[in-house]
Amino acid sequence: MANNDTIKKTLIVALSLCIVCSIVVSTAAVVLKPSQDANKQLDFNKNILAAAGLLTDGADVNELMKKVTPKLVDLSTGKFVSADDVEGIVSVDAYDQNKAAKDPALSEALSGDNDPAKILRKEKYAKVYMINGDNGNLETIVLPVKGYGLWGQLYGFMALGSDLNTVVGVGFYDHKETPGLGGEVDNPNWKASWVGKKMYTSNGDVALRILKGKAPSGSESEIDGLSGATLTTRGLDNLYRYWLGESGYRPLLNNLQKGEA
Amino acid sequence: MKAKELLFTPIIQNNPIALQILGICSALAVTGSLKVTLVMCVALTTVTAFSNLFVSLVRNHIPNNIRIIVQMTIIASLVIVVDQVLKAVAYDVSKQLSVFVGLIITNCIVMGRAEAFAMKNGAGASFLDGLGNGLGYSALLIAIAIPRELFGAGKLLGFEILPLATEGGWYVSNGLLLLPPSSFFIIGLIIWGIRAYDKAQVEEPDFKISPNTKPAEA
Repeated sequence: MANNDTIKKTLIVALSLCIVCSIVVSTAAVVLKPSQDANKQLDFNKNILAAAGLLTDGADVNELMKKVTPKLVDLSTGKFVSADDVEGIVSVDAYDQNKAAKDPALSEALSGDNDPAKILRKEKYAKVYMINGDNGNLETIVLPVKGYGLWGQLYGFMALGSDLNTVVGVGFYDHKETPGLGGEVDNPNWKASWVGKKMYTSNGDVALRILKGKAPSGSESEIDGLSGATLTTRGLDNLYRYWLGESGYRPLLNNLQKGEA
Repeated sequence: MKAKELLFTPIIQNNPIALQILGICSALAVTGSLKVTLVMCVALTTVTAFSNLFVSLVRNHIPNNIRIIVQMTIIASLVIVVDQVLKAVAYDVSKQLSVFVGLIITNCIVMGRAEAFAMKNGAGASFLDGLGNGLGYSALLIAIAIPRELFGAGKLLGFEILPLATEGGWYVSNGLLLLPPSSFFIIGLIIWGIRAYDKAQVEEPDFKISPNTKPAEA
């Protein structure tokens, strides 16, 4: 066997190994990219539909998505904006709210008391999803929400009915909570307990509370906490209250109610 | 060694987790639900088998002083490929596994087998050894995941077996089993069981505690 330990041989082996490995890795990444992106989009759309209560087993997601109209909202004014009016946004379809939250031009830093949901940076524009009934009136509005739980950010949707107050559904598409404890945010029974709850009091304050332990039966705006997951529950409470509040979608919902959005 | 031996000794007699005590970290992390465990097992077995194969193929050309780096590069590339394939094919599961597929790179079993076996043996034998060790890892992981999911969540593969008290059934779940430390207890019990059955695995104690000495009565 030739001597492998010369400097020349070492360099040759290291270099050729790196070249071969990088070709393999980049080929895999490039070849599989389209189907990965399609999967991601499909998963995202499924979650929108699931929150809006439209997703049934075996349903064609792409067909159902035709009912859904994404719209851009200026979070500070609560008015819809067109993608052409905002610099840095190409189109509504291409806008990625979570990516925008990392872009200094499209987001602002939050700190301390302004940031109860611990999202660190808030995007200026949100992408909400409107679903109109057969008569053309708004039936469901799906709002993206996010915030810090125990181990990391939870990303999800909340769908409100035509009165812009009653919950149609909630759900998270990405979170890092402990399986079986905080991970129970995915539990269908818990999600079902949200349906029909009122998010605001009659004078427009956020009424929603996620309690530690059981919510009293018959309560209109209180949700059971997740047992064994105090910090996740607290995070959820903060994030929903934040996004329902003045810094979140409250201005938009007000405008929609007045028909001025 | 015969192919059969290479493939099956790592399952009980020379189990990578129970005897070699390698790869404990991921055995704690991914065994909370059986479905995730199964995907992890397939991913790890693939990586171990192929990294052994490739390391063995180039073993006569690896300079001794960079051999660990060479092995790591091969392992890391394979893991990235597996991760990409999972994202493209089984998106839901890859989401649940999140970082753990990436962490196969640091799984001691993969590197342990590359260094201990593939560097000294032919390609075919190394491939089988990797496959066998992957299976040994899988067998133990499944043995951990079943009690964890069954008694922790009342389900297996997501199907309800023991109806939970919180959902109107009778079974009060054991929350500890859903947390990673519970795997320590289960692994400990399994190792105890295996060593009771196969006495050859019992190690000599490193030292003996001398009998308690009573001070002479004054």
